[in-house]
Amino acid sequence: MQLLEPRATPSKLMQWAAPPIAICLTLVVGAVLFWSLGVSPPKAFYVFFIEPLETSNGWSELVLKASPLILIAQGLALGFRARIYNIGAEGQLLMGAIFASAVAIWTDGSTAWWVLPAMVLAGALGGGLWGALPAWLKTHFNAEETLTTLMLTYVATFFLSWLVSVPWRDPGGSNFPQSIMFGDAALFTPLFEGLRINTSVYITIAAVVIFQIFVSRSFTAFQLAVGGQAPAAARYAGFSARKAVWLSLIISGLTAGIAGAGEVAGPIGQLTLSLSPGYGYAAIIVAWVGRLHPLGIVLSGFLMAMIYIGGDAGQVSLQLPSAITGLFQGMLLFFLLGADAFVNYRIKRRKVVQLNKVAA
Amino acid sequence: MLIPPPHNHPAPPGEPRLSLSNITKRYPGVVANADVSLTVMPGEIHAVLGENGAGKSTLMKVIYGSIQADEGEIQWNGRQIVIPNPAAARKLGIGMVFQHFSLFETLTVTENIALALDEPFDLAALAERVKIVSEKYGLPLDPHRLVHSLSVGERQRVEIVRCLLQDPQLLILDEPTSVLTPQAVRKLFETLRQLASEGVSLLYISHKLHEIQELCDSATVMRGGRVTGHCKPAEESPASMARMMIGRDLPVCVAPEYTGSVGTSLEVRNLSLESPDPFGVSLKDVNLRVARGEVVGIAGISGNGQAELLAALSGEQTVGKGAILLDGVDVGQLNAGQRRDKGLGFVPEERLGRGAVPNMPLSWNAMLTAHRQPEMRKYTLLDFAAARDFAKRCIERFDVRCNGEQSVARSLSGGNLQKFIVGREIMQAPKVMVIAQPTWGVDVGASAFLRQTILDISRSGVGVLVISEELDELFEISDRIAVLAGGRLSEAVPKEQTDVERIGLLMVRNTEQEAA
Amino acid sequence: MIEHITPILVGTLGAATPLVFAGLGELVAEKSGVINLGVEGMMLIGAIAAFAAAVATDGNLVVGLSIGALAGALAALPFAILTLSLGANQAASGLATTIFGVGLSAFIGQSFVSYSLPGVKPLAIPILSDIPVIGPVLFHQDIVVYLSFATFAVLSWVLAKTRIGLVLRAVGESPESAHAIGYPVMAIRYGAVLFGGAMAGIAGAYLSVVYTPLWVQNMTAGRGWIAVALVVFATWKPGRLMLGAYLFGGVTILQLHAQGLGIPISSHFLSALPYIATIVVLVLISRDRKLLQLNLPASLGKSFIAGG
Repeated sequence: MQLLEPRATPSKLMQWAAPPIAICLTLVVGAVLFWSLGVSPPKAFYVFFIEPLETSNGWSELVLKASPLILIAQGLALGFRARIYNIGAEGQLLMGAIFASAVAIWTDGSTAWWVLPAMVLAGALGGGLWGALPAWLKTHFNAEETLTTLMLTYVATFFLSWLVSVPWRDPGGSNFPQSIMFGDAALFTPLFEGLRINTSVYITIAAVVIFQIFVSRSFTAFQLAVGGQAPAAARYAGFSARKAVWLSLIISGLTAGIAGAGEVAGPIGQLTLSLSPGYGYAAIIVAWVGRLHPLGIVLSGFLMAMIYIGGDAGQVSLQLPSAITGLFQGMLLFFLLGADAFVNYRIKRRKVVQLNKVAA
Repeated sequence: MLIPPPHNHPAPPGEPRLSLSNITKRYPGVVANADVSLTVMPGEIHAVLGENGAGKSTLMKVIYGSIQADEGEIQWNGRQIVIPNPAAARKLGIGMVFQHFSLFETLTVTENIALALDEPFDLAALAERVKIVSEKYGLPLDPHRLVHSLSVGERQRVEIVRCLLQDPQLLILDEPTSVLTPQAVRKLFETLRQLASEGVSLLYISHKLHEIQELCDSATVMRGGRVTGHCKPAEESPASMARMMIGRDLPVCVAPEYTGSVGTSLEVRNLSLESPDPFGVSLKDVNLRVARGEVVGIAGISGNGQAELLAALSGEQTVGKGAILLDGVDVGQLNAGQRRDKGLGFVPEERLGRGAVPNMPLSWNAMLTAHRQPEMRKYTLLDFAAARDFAKRCIERFDVRCNGEQSVARSLSGGNLQKFIVGREIMQAPKVMVIAQPTWGVDVGASAFLRQTILDISRSGVGVLVISEELDELFEISDRIAVLAGGRLSEAVPKEQTDVERIGLLMVRNTEQEAA
Repeated sequence: MIEHITPILVGTLGAATPLVFAGLGELVAEKSGVINLGVEGMMLIGAIAAFAAAVATDGNLVVGLSIGALAGALAALPFAILTLSLGANQAASGLATTIFGVGLSAFIGQSFVSYSLPGVKPLAIPILSDIPVIGPVLFHQDIVVYLSFATFAVLSWVLAKTRIGLVLRAVGESPESAHAIGYPVMAIRYGAVLFGGAMAGIAGAYLSVVYTPLWVQNMTAGRGWIAVALVVFATWKPGRLMLGAYLFGGVTILQLHAQGLGIPISSHFLSALPYIATIVVLVLISRDRKLLQLNLPASLGKSFIAGG
């Protein structure tokens, strides 16, 4: 059953080739899946990946979905490099959205310029706090951050459901669990007339630049990477493991929180139960498929956004179940992890020696 | 296949117990064994001699069935056989005592032994047998103790008893004395001779010439995966065997007089420290002084507080106020990075994963500790060009054989990586150097280079502390030697005033005090 | 007040049963040194497969549970291949299993949303079930609850008293040593991981075929994650795992009975209780590092691919 043997040095080629290989394998299995559902694969791929981009609205939606994914994944990737697995970005996103909404609801009617910036800051604060909590639990009580971040996501969900059902429920909203619609001062400005894409994408663009510089050149990022690859070496060098935990979880919480603020102050315009289609989870895959690299994440973020949009289009045009999106996401991560094995390992060579023996 | 009836053979010496012919084993990029042949008779103690990387361990794994040879034949009691796995080897009557023990810390002695026996599962009955066999061979063991509570010597007994319970015809011992006190070595040899007199064949793998001379009837010498000679150790001198082993004379280190300024470089005062590791050893009232220009050696078997002392010295574990002074400055409560800022150089025992990040290139590994050099930072960002330059200079100055500063750490051999790590620390001009197991697993040439390097920096005015399991090494490079056993450190005495025997006694005494 | 106690205790056992199965399965996998964060996903796949099978066989429990177990084991297979044969990161692979499981079960489940099953009648054990309080709690349960008791008993015995159990512990402690003395580390870990998957599958099957009995998207609602946390809480001991499972079953049921008990707290907060309790419990147990280190399978989370 042992298929692999270690390579002497990691393969540079496979480091670059693994994501494209994973994408191809996902498409191949996807084609089989479409075919078995009685949809011709070329038609399905057309509906999923090409048709949505034939309109400017399609592009607008693509960027609108890619933006939060990229933003969250930047933060997550930083932690993943340090092997600190924040899998509760969804909860941090919700908390960010809640904090941002608090600002919008309390300043309702105001037209002051600072409402929107305050919402973004509040979102960062909410997400950051929701990330700091597991960091505190990890550094002081040694509690696994994988489990605590995830549990806190459930807690955030119930907190949100209470808020929109009880104190913040829109009295004029025919009893739906949702807040009032926010005023213009609490919304990002659309970039183009009639499209949903808005100025929040500038935040993501800025974040990509900052993360790129930070990851490639900063001493802190180097410390995080050492801590992830060889914890004993980090201790030996005197890099603080606690600092790594705090930094990773707060930064990833922060980006997720800002993304949450971007949703409520953007396409949604109010606080609702269904404000995220699982961006926090999908961003985990985005981070991995993007090689935990700030620019790679941009590419994988767009890919993931395509899968979301394609899933919607497939549901409308082909009556395919919307859950197909999750299926594609899971497969993509599976194949990537599999392809990744070949960075450090290679297929065990069978005994070529037998031939030599005959020759000798 | 022809199996001659046994009575056709003249009585002694009979069939060889084991005979290997032309064994070859290749790994990606290396030939670990090339055309290796050797023969072991019943009751013979046969040494396999060679330095680190000579291919001894690979050969033993082939015999024990852990790996399969690519070419060659194995004959067992006159029959050609294939040994597909260790279970098959045990069935044949081949037992193995591993160098890095193959024991399970959280299981009891009996459970550990049961795992290697292919017989009905009855722990109570087995415990009885463990007691009987261990006493018969002078290897007393409590069958119900958990392995993590055993000393290293006791663990080795578990391994040996585990083999003996299978009535072995051939016992392989891989560097069995590397973890034993000199006194324990003598006891082990008695046991081994008793086994040989009962007809058990022994394959004794070692690079220690005097031990082989004392114990073994015959020897096969290996170098670079090949057999370079067979000999009778009793008829050879250590020098002649060394030449067979490394192809030239053993290199010797030179220790010149120190003529620089005098003063205390490192001082440890009344250091007591409870180990955070449940399997660890706590330090008890450790006192130590290292002067400028001297090498102080700490002897002792790992697992006697070595890891804890190293962590306390490096700053990975902070300690009380005033317990550790570096050049007169109290550094007890500083962390590892802060102590480096104060002039501490540190080389850990584990090179891969601690001293270096396995998958990072040497240039990045240079930054691991040398990031505090001013040229490594530009504004607040790291300067990778400076790091590459630093690594290049280190590679050149310390003769690190590799494919340049961009090769990843794990692609280097143990000796070359050690040279890089030692070099990286020295290039930062430390005031104090702490080095753990400087030549563990390193070939003879690189070892000599490293030992000379250690002597040279000490004579440049640095206080050097070396922690090592190799007594020969400590006697070669140290000015004074202390013993760490059971978490207690003996007084460091000038090496001229002590010898291997007395050092060994200190190891035993401290450990026994602990047990009492 | 008092009239609530028996129904609460009766419900506790039912609510705890999925945690018992999933937790024991994860415990076995972790004992072998493999941490599988995919329990949630494997439970969901087990739940939908069992539900579909039960619908097709008019609510046949045996078919449902068997198919659930099989589906759970199959769901663990990609994880096993990735982490064991390909040396992939266990945390990431487990997460992928969960994401995939959530997606796949929702995908298949879309055609089963409107179905419901008859459920399973409790089985009263004669005489014993007549004992007040204890009787209905312990001896008037559905057969799967009894099966969970049996599973616990057998598993505890195997782990503590047999060679298989010893080998499993040895592999989790030091795969290098186990390999050196000739144990097929990879095969043993495959076995443990697939067993964990099958148990998670049964846990899911219980939810969809017996407990609810309906298919609802994401119906496991974090129970898979709680099961993973329970293994830590249990310090890898089956007995403590049972205790933890019943504790959580109790919290879940208590929250349902809260209104009847007159507790004036919003149901939203009560619903969050099990998750908060999980965090509290993790904190309480994890703060004792030495205790964890003494019980933790030493190789947990590290991949092992033998050289040569």
